[in-house]
Amino acid sequence: MSDARNPQFTPEQLAEIRRLQGLYPDKRGALLPVLHLAQEVYGYVSLEVEEYVAGLFELSPAHVHEVVTFYTLFFQKPKGRHVVSVCHNLSCHLMNAKGIIGHLEDRLGVAPGETTPDGRITLLTVECLCACEQAPMMQVDDRYEGNLTPEKVDRILDGLP
Amino acid sequence: MGENKTSERIFTRNFHLADSHRLTRYIETGGYTALAKALGMEPAAITEEVKKANLRGLGGAAFATGVKWGFIPKGSTAPKYLVINADEGEPGTFKDRYLMERDPHALIEGMLIAARAIGSRVGFVYIRGEYVKPWRILDGAVKEAYAAGFLGKNIQGSSFNFDIVLHRGAGAYICGEETGLLSSLEGKKGWPKIKPPFPAIKGAFGHPTIVNNVETIMAVPHIINRGAAWFAGLGTKSQGGTRLYSVSGHVVKPGVVEAPVSVTLRRLIYDHCGGIRGGRKLKAVVPGGSSAAILTPDEIDIQMDVDGPKSKGSMIGSAGIIVMDETVSIPEALMVVARFYAHESCGQCTPCRESTGWIYKMSRRIVEGKGRKEDLDTILDVAKRGAGTTICAFYDGAVGPYISYIEKFRGEFEDLIRNSARA
Repeated sequence: MSDARNPQFTPEQLAEIRRLQGLYPDKRGALLPVLHLAQEVYGYVSLEVEEYVAGLFELSPAHVHEVVTFYTLFFQKPKGRHVVSVCHNLSCHLMNAKGIIGHLEDRLGVAPGETTPDGRITLLTVECLCACEQAPMMQVDDRYEGNLTPEKVDRILDGLP
Repeated sequence: MGENKTSERIFTRNFHLADSHRLTRYIETGGYTALAKALGMEPAAITEEVKKANLRGLGGAAFATGVKWGFIPKGSTAPKYLVINADEGEPGTFKDRYLMERDPHALIEGMLIAARAIGSRVGFVYIRGEYVKPWRILDGAVKEAYAAGFLGKNIQGSSFNFDIVLHRGAGAYICGEETGLLSSLEGKKGWPKIKPPFPAIKGAFGHPTIVNNVETIMAVPHIINRGAAWFAGLGTKSQGGTRLYSVSGHVVKPGVVEAPVSVTLRRLIYDHCGGIRGGRKLKAVVPGGSSAAILTPDEIDIQMDVDGPKSKGSMIGSAGIIVMDETVSIPEALMVVARFYAHESCGQCTPCRESTGWIYKMSRRIVEGKGRKEDLDTILDVAKRGAGTTICAFYDGAVGPYISYIEKFRGEFEDLIRNSARA
C-alpha cells in the first residue's frame, strides 16, 4: 500500500485521473471517482491525500475535506484489511440484526467503528444496504452476504484471507 | 376492487435466465428493437407516447415521466443531460439492484430512447457506492453496447450520438434526492438545491437535466414497442403498468414481486409472499419505503398504485414493503427508523438537522425505559412543525414514520413510559 502521508500517483494513475476528469463537463465531477481511486491506492483518505487530490482539481483542500467527511465510504483513518458492515436498519432489525452484531462484537472483541488489534477487520454498523430480502445481511468488502446466522458469519470470517 | 389480474411480466421477464445480463441474450429476447423504432420517431412523439402510457416515476415521487421530459426547454442549444438515479437507498427497497444485475441492457436501451426524446448526448448513471456488483455488471453491459454500436457515435447507422458515464456514489442516502444527487455528481457534498429552478431548466453542471429512476427508464422500451395504450391498460386510472414491489420483513417469501399497480397490499403479502411467517398475525406494514407512514392490518385492502396508500395517509414511495408481525415492538422500530433519519440528515436545514437528532434521542430513551410523559407529544409537535419547512422532502419523509408510529400505536409507547415512571 502506498504511503498515505506522502501521496504521489504514478504516471498511469495520473493518466486515469485525467481520463476520469474528461468524462464530465466540468472536471470536478470526477472528484468522487478520484477519491475512490485514491482510497484504493492509499488505503484511506488522509489529510495529505485530500490536499494532493485538491491540487489535481484546482480545488481548496477545505472543499475536498468537506466532501470526504460527508460520505460514509471514505475512511479518514487506516481501516482493517477487511471491512465488515452490518446493516441495522428496519428490515434487518426485524430479522435479528442485533444478534448478528452482538455475535460479531463477541467474536472479534471490538465494537462497531473499531478495528481488531491485528488490523484484520474493521467492524461497522450501517444503514440500509438495500438487500432487505436477505435480512439480516452485511457487506464484507465488495460482497453482500445475506440470510445471516451466527454460524454463517463464522464461516464467512474464517474464509477471509 | 378492480384488480387487473394480468400476469404480464415486463421488468422481470428475463430474470430466470442465467445470462440475462448479456447483450446476446437481450437481443434474442427482442432487445434494442424499441431503439430502432424510436430512432425513426420524432423526439416529441416519444415523449407524447410516454405521457399517454401514464408512466409515473418509480423511485419515490411518482411524478409523471412524460410531463417531466416535456419541461426541457424547446429549441435550446445548451447541452442537456439525462441522469439515472441508481442511488437506491430507501430502507426496504431493493428492486433497482435486481434490475441492474439481471437486465442492464434494458436500462441502456431506455436511456437511449429517453435521450433521443429530450435531446441529450450524455447520460450519467449515479449508482450507490455500496452496489459494487450491480456496477460491475452494468459496466460490462455498457462496454458490450459500445462494441456493438448501441452507444457512441452514429448509433446503428443513424445520426444519433450518445455516451453513458457510470458514476459511483460514496455512501449518503440524501444523494437519492434528485438535487442532492446532482450536487454529488458535480463533485460536492450531496446537499439538495432550492427549487425552482428545477433540474429540467438548470440541473447538472447548470444545464437542463432529466433525473429518472432506473425502473422508470426501463419501462420505456416496452412502451415504445407495445404502445402507450397497452401499458396504460395494465394499470389503474392514476398510473399505468406493472411495477416491482420489494417485500421484506416477516413474510414467508421475501423478495421482488412484479405485479400490475392495481394489486392490493393484502394480495402482495398473503398471495405473492406467502403470508406471515410462523402463522403469526400481521401487526403493521410499511407500504412504500421507510419514509411512508405505517399501516395497520385493517388498512391493507388498497391498490398499490399512487392513490391507494395516499387514501390511508401514506404513500407508495419506492414500493418497498416492510411487514411486521405481532412480536414487533413498534417503539423499537421507531427508534431504528429515527436513528436512520438522524444519521442521514445532510445538515443543511435547521429544522431537519436538529429535529431528527432530538427525535432519535427521545425515541431511544423511551425504549431504554427512561421515557417521560411529555415525550410523545413533544415528538409529534416537533414533527408537525418542521414538515414543509425544508429545502427537500427528506424531513417530510422522516415525519411520516414519526407521526404514524406514535398515533397508531400510542398505547404501546405509553406502556413503556408508564413502566419507566414506576421503575
